[in-house]
Amino acid sequence: MSVAKRNYPKAWLLVLPVVLMVAFNAVIPLMTVVNYSVQDTFGNNQFFWVGLEWFEEVLRSGRFGDALGRQLLFTTLVLLIEIPLGLMIALGLPKSGWRASSYMMLLALPLLIPWNVVGTIWQIFGRVDIGLAGSAINAVGIDYNYTQDALDAWITVIAMDVWHWTSLVALLCYSGLKSVPEVYYQAAAIDGASRWAIFRYVQLPRLRQVLIIAFLLRFMDSFMIYTEPFVVTGGGPGNATTFLSIDLVKLALGQFDLGQAAAMSLIYFLIVLLVCWLFYTIMSVGDSQPDTRQ
Amino acid sequence: MAQIETTGLSHSYQPQPGYPQDFVLKKLDLNLLDGHAYALLGPSGCGKSTLLRIISGLLQPTQGRIHFDGKDVTHLDARQRHVAEVFQFPVVYETMSVFDNLAFPLRNRGLDREAIAERVADVARLLDLTEQLTLKSAALSAGARQLVSLGRGLVRTDVNAILFDEPLTVIDPQEKWHLRTRLKQLHRQFALTMVYVTHDQTEALTFADTVMVMHNGRILQSGSPSELFERPEHTFVGRFIGSPGMNFLRCQFDGNAAIIGDQSIPLQKSYSADIDDHSCELGFRPESCTFSRDGSGIAAQLINVDCTSRRKIAYLDAAGSSICVSLPADQDIPADSHRIRIDPQRALLYSADRLVEESR
Amino acid sequence: MKFRKILPRAHVIFILLPVYWLVNMSFKSNQEILSTLSLWPQDFTLENYATILTDPSWYSGYINSLIYVLLNTVISVSIALPAAYAFSRYRFLGDKHLFFWLLSNRMAPPAVFALPFFQLYSSIGLFDTHLAVALAHTLFNVPLAVWILEGFMSSVPREIDETAQIDGYSFPRFFTKIFAPMIASGIGVTAFFCFMFSWVELLLARTLTSVSAKPISAIMTRTVSASGLDWGVLAAAGTLTIIPGMLVIYFVRNHIARGFAMGRV
Repeated sequence: MSVAKRNYPKAWLLVLPVVLMVAFNAVIPLMTVVNYSVQDTFGNNQFFWVGLEWFEEVLRSGRFGDALGRQLLFTTLVLLIEIPLGLMIALGLPKSGWRASSYMMLLALPLLIPWNVVGTIWQIFGRVDIGLAGSAINAVGIDYNYTQDALDAWITVIAMDVWHWTSLVALLCYSGLKSVPEVYYQAAAIDGASRWAIFRYVQLPRLRQVLIIAFLLRFMDSFMIYTEPFVVTGGGPGNATTFLSIDLVKLALGQFDLGQAAAMSLIYFLIVLLVCWLFYTIMSVGDSQPDTRQ
Repeated sequence: MAQIETTGLSHSYQPQPGYPQDFVLKKLDLNLLDGHAYALLGPSGCGKSTLLRIISGLLQPTQGRIHFDGKDVTHLDARQRHVAEVFQFPVVYETMSVFDNLAFPLRNRGLDREAIAERVADVARLLDLTEQLTLKSAALSAGARQLVSLGRGLVRTDVNAILFDEPLTVIDPQEKWHLRTRLKQLHRQFALTMVYVTHDQTEALTFADTVMVMHNGRILQSGSPSELFERPEHTFVGRFIGSPGMNFLRCQFDGNAAIIGDQSIPLQKSYSADIDDHSCELGFRPESCTFSRDGSGIAAQLINVDCTSRRKIAYLDAAGSSICVSLPADQDIPADSHRIRIDPQRALLYSADRLVEESR
Repeated sequence: MKFRKILPRAHVIFILLPVYWLVNMSFKSNQEILSTLSLWPQDFTLENYATILTDPSWYSGYINSLIYVLLNTVISVSIALPAAYAFSRYRFLGDKHLFFWLLSNRMAPPAVFALPFFQLYSSIGLFDTHLAVALAHTLFNVPLAVWILEGFMSSVPREIDETAQIDGYSFPRFFTKIFAPMIASGIGVTAFFCFMFSWVELLLARTLTSVSAKPISAIMTRTVSASGLDWGVLAAAGTLTIIPGMLVIYFVRNHIARGFAMGRV
């Protein structure tokens, strides 16, 4: 990388199609949402200005707070399980050959199943009457029914997410591990390094980048999760698994409570943006040392 | 430090080697003396790095055995062999400071804190790294990184040998010279057993007591730098050592003179009689021939002239081969017809690529 | 030590078990599913698949899904290519902010946009067309495509561009003849990701369609609630949605490792 980037204002022309496309899809709907969030209607397409009333309502109502709490708990649990598990799986994968590519294909399998089918698979798998897992768990004497017990529902939804997404973390870490030159392992062997020392000082430093990507992707996607738990539990029992997106869709399309839904949307979007931005900034501060690896 | 011996060492990267060409090392018998500095010199693909990896224990040989001080270590891995290695690309643990890098091998072997601090301080002084000890090793230049990886070998007291795998490849030219001198010094000071793999003859000749020239999985000649230069035992060694390498001209041998075309060069040495005439070659260094001014000598055609600051090198075509003549820079090359005079004292006779020994 | 090798196998078994159960069920009759629990079909039947593959209201869902997914992949990759090139090669006014703004759209919860999208695409007359879904999915696929491609392009030395310029290549010729082949695996990986995220998404696809462009996943959800739960047919439909994904994985299996690091490692 000896040649520096050139200043070239006309590069805008190359970016323009993307900007127009994304602006069409992002800005117009976002303006619509903002518009709803500050107005109220009594039907007949008559709207009037209500200012920040909807925002206050959302924040005061407790309903949003509850959904946010569930969402945060879900995301935290999922990250705590998937990141270490994916990393450990990646460490155990073969480095090359047909066994490596078979693992790649098997691991990628859940990632390419439509999300509602993921839900369907787990809905069936966990059912007490016709599901393998549900009936097996009950057969060994543990009382389990995800449609009635909140804890069982949570366990099912988290198991499903681990099933669905741990592969992504594993594949990311695996590709990071592939970037460690063989000579580092040789040097470590000669220096008498233990398995742990090799992980800590040779492998982990090279995984930094991919772990950041994995963390960000898993945070965003788990925070926006809708389809899979909706198919399995429909947000229940009660509101036990009603996460933010599920609540939002209930509010907007179920109750057609547009103003409140719009205000909630904006707060929701802002939280995702804020967390990603914070995390990104914190991580890039540690990154500012000169990077001189070859 | 230890004496390293190999017997019948062969290696192939194929799982089921059958043919001789499957082997990258062909039945090597080496005896590397304790406290000596060796260079393994050869073009890329000659097997020198494979040999090094087998000595360090990173690779298991297909056949043959290795002994360290008489103890069979063939099946011990790198951790148990107690060797240090400096690789082509400097390996430092980038997230650690220079101090932690140097302490790493000692910590892995469970030394106590004070002993480690003392050892690291000693080695840092030795390598002039004392001021850099607190720096993150990612911030170092390539040369300093290479010093740190050398230091990781030197801190250990249990090291049997230090191996170098083309350690100067990625180092800047001015740092190269500095590092080479440093290595030489260390060797004199501590009588370390060192094995140095390179394809660069200057590095090999300036570094080692004994240079081993490798080609196609075999060692063609092993000897001091001056022996390799003066008396190459194989035409490959002659061509490979020296810049430019040795000249070879097809010749016929009539008992005491080499005949090239219409010229006869009296060799002034006696050889045993039965030499295969068809594969005879006369070898001579570009430094041991000149342009003759009296019309005698081998006729040649001038192709090109290269001038460096001290020498002038003429490339010529003579008797169907290309040869070089090296002259002091102030000496002129005759303008018209070119004839080459070979110093018979320093010309060597080769048959089937091998040096023909004189009988006394 | 051994644990390291066991874990990947255990996880693969964990992945395969629920899928196996789905496939197992798809070969059983609804009656068998509800009456007995068995590890393989007692009375093997292809009836469920026949139901789907002969009924246009079922199989048109697959065709609809494939059409908008492919459409989206083509649109996303082709507009992301020049943009990614600009980000990897040039500095221009607002480039860094623009890049982050693009990425921030990847962070937008689809639930937030469902209703506004419905109104937007209705008002321009694209509601219930394949194009509407394809365009809507560019919301998250285009930023992703730009990001991945930028990673791959930045690993190609900039000297290549200059050498080509000196050799007298025009920009379009350089881009198609020299540059694109150099990042071919990157383009493949990007297409894979676009395919993947468009294929698995349901919320927007369902919101923007009603009859003529309805995706298979939406047809599945409707059938679950309406037809008195024919589990066998549902399982067969689910199994069929897994197949395109498996085909795609097979073709990119040797590039997956690098692709998942977005060309950045």
